Amino acid sequence: MALLEVSNLEAFYGQTQVLRGLSFKLEEGSVTTILGANGAGKTTTLRAICAMVRTAGELVFDGRRIGGKATESIVRRGIAHVPEGRGTFVRLSAEQNLRLGAYARRDAAGVEQDLERVYGYFPRLKERRGQQAGTLSGGEQQMLAVGRALMMRPRLMLLDEPSFGLAPLLTEELFRILGAISRERQVSMLVVEQNASLALAIADHAYLLETGRIVMSGSAHEIGKDESVRKAYLGY
Amino acid sequence: MDLFLQQTFAGLAFGGIYACVALAVVMIYQATDHLNFAQGEMAMFSTYIAYTLLHHGVPYWWAFLLAMAISFVGGVLVERIIVRPVEGTGVLNEVIVFIGLLAIFNSMAGWIWEYTIKPFPSPFPKHVPFGITFVGPHDFGVIGITLVVLAAVFLFFRFTPIGLAMRAAAQNPDSARLVGIRVGWMLALGWGLAAAIGAVAGMMVAPIVFLEPNMMGGILLYGFAGALLGGISNPVGAVAGGFMVGVLENLVGTYVPFIGSELKLSVALVLIVSVLVFRPSGLFGYVVVKRV
Repeated sequence: MALLEVSNLEAFYGQTQVLRGLSFKLEEGSVTTILGANGAGKTTTLRAICAMVRTAGELVFDGRRIGGKATESIVRRGIAHVPEGRGTFVRLSAEQNLRLGAYARRDAAGVEQDLERVYGYFPRLKERRGQQAGTLSGGEQQMLAVGRALMMRPRLMLLDEPSFGLAPLLTEELFRILGAISRERQVSMLVVEQNASLALAIADHAYLLETGRIVMSGSAHEIGKDESVRKAYLGY
Repeated sequence: MDLFLQQTFAGLAFGGIYACVALAVVMIYQATDHLNFAQGEMAMFSTYIAYTLLHHGVPYWWAFLLAMAISFVGGVLVERIIVRPVEGTGVLNEVIVFIGLLAIFNSMAGWIWEYTIKPFPSPFPKHVPFGITFVGPHDFGVIGITLVVLAAVFLFFRFTPIGLAMRAAAQNPDSARLVGIRVGWMLALGWGLAAAIGAVAGMMVAPIVFLEPNMMGGILLYGFAGALLGGISNPVGAVAGGFMVGVLENLVGTYVPFIGSELKLSVALVLIVSVLVFRPSGLFGYVVVKRV
């Protein structure tokens, strides 16, 4: 059974319809990426799953309908969203930001374990644990956003431009970590990424979005080989 | 020198009360970006509740705690029932609701308890301990109680998960929702806490100014002045601002002959206007830079 099943998803900003009936499935433990030009509706797709925009259509997560539920109820089911712009709590410390990720959890021991795990992935955050998060560099705040999402011990991660503001080496490191997390902990991921070749490298499936519709779908390998996709999004 | 010490400590006592009001105002401001003009009247109403409890023979400190608890629940209900429907519908709507609340609490208090001035007891012993002479017993107690309340609030926000969640919800509601924080309830909780802190201010000031429906009018102004002086974006600053305003007002009233006690209130207004003109973020406030 698919972990997330989306059928006929529509999304609106005011009167403007941005998504025009998306249908797709995410398998447990798989990584999926959404490709598309600016304004195609990639970010909106992620926001729609978390009810951060007005939506219509059917969303089923882990066999239960989540369409029409409040954002905070949806994420408590195990969906972590790394938002565009990082969503840092700027006046709290880095560690407080991370701990807020575990806000809805009740297993104190597991939370401490995961905190150490996140510090293991991102040693930089450990160095800066007491620092006010707003004073961290862009890249560090991006790690913080990913770390906060991991602290939720999610079953599905929605990642909006995880490489945003990261140096190329760090970006590769981050994607290596994401790949490892998805494999080892069976976490499903839905990734929107500027750097399409990186995203395709860790993804199992890929969808191509154009003006709010899915125009192509398939395994990441196939999509990566497609002539038009290569020209438009991979640059070779 | 004695006069100076006396006036400073009397000012600190009032300052503690202003600090409580300022803190209540700032807590709601941080979450909503609006000043709750009804904060003073809510505190006055809480004081009347304490008055009624005392009247029915409840011992003072029980009445004190009960009044705080009732105010907390009342604050939560006010947010859920009256404020929530207009939330995010525009500044004007929200401000009008706050002013409406002010009028409602004021008239309700007058209707239930009448407009006649009532004495309200001070819970503190008649003598100041340690042979201190430069501060009166009530002022001494007020300074103590307000410091305890402020410290408790500080510890709550600093060290409890729910306090952290409330700060997160106020700073970045979208991100807060994304980690599962029920932002709407955090807001209601903020209203409850603000109402309970306001209740303390009301019960501490009532023995000095006497209990009547308009007793908090001036106090709220000083509270606003304190919040603005310290920085409306920083609760610790607002508290410090409250104390500073209390001392300043008292010293200016004592030492500047033409102000005396009649023009004291205008000190607050002058302060509000000067802060807004010269340093809108206050002494300890954060300057918010918005990218456009």
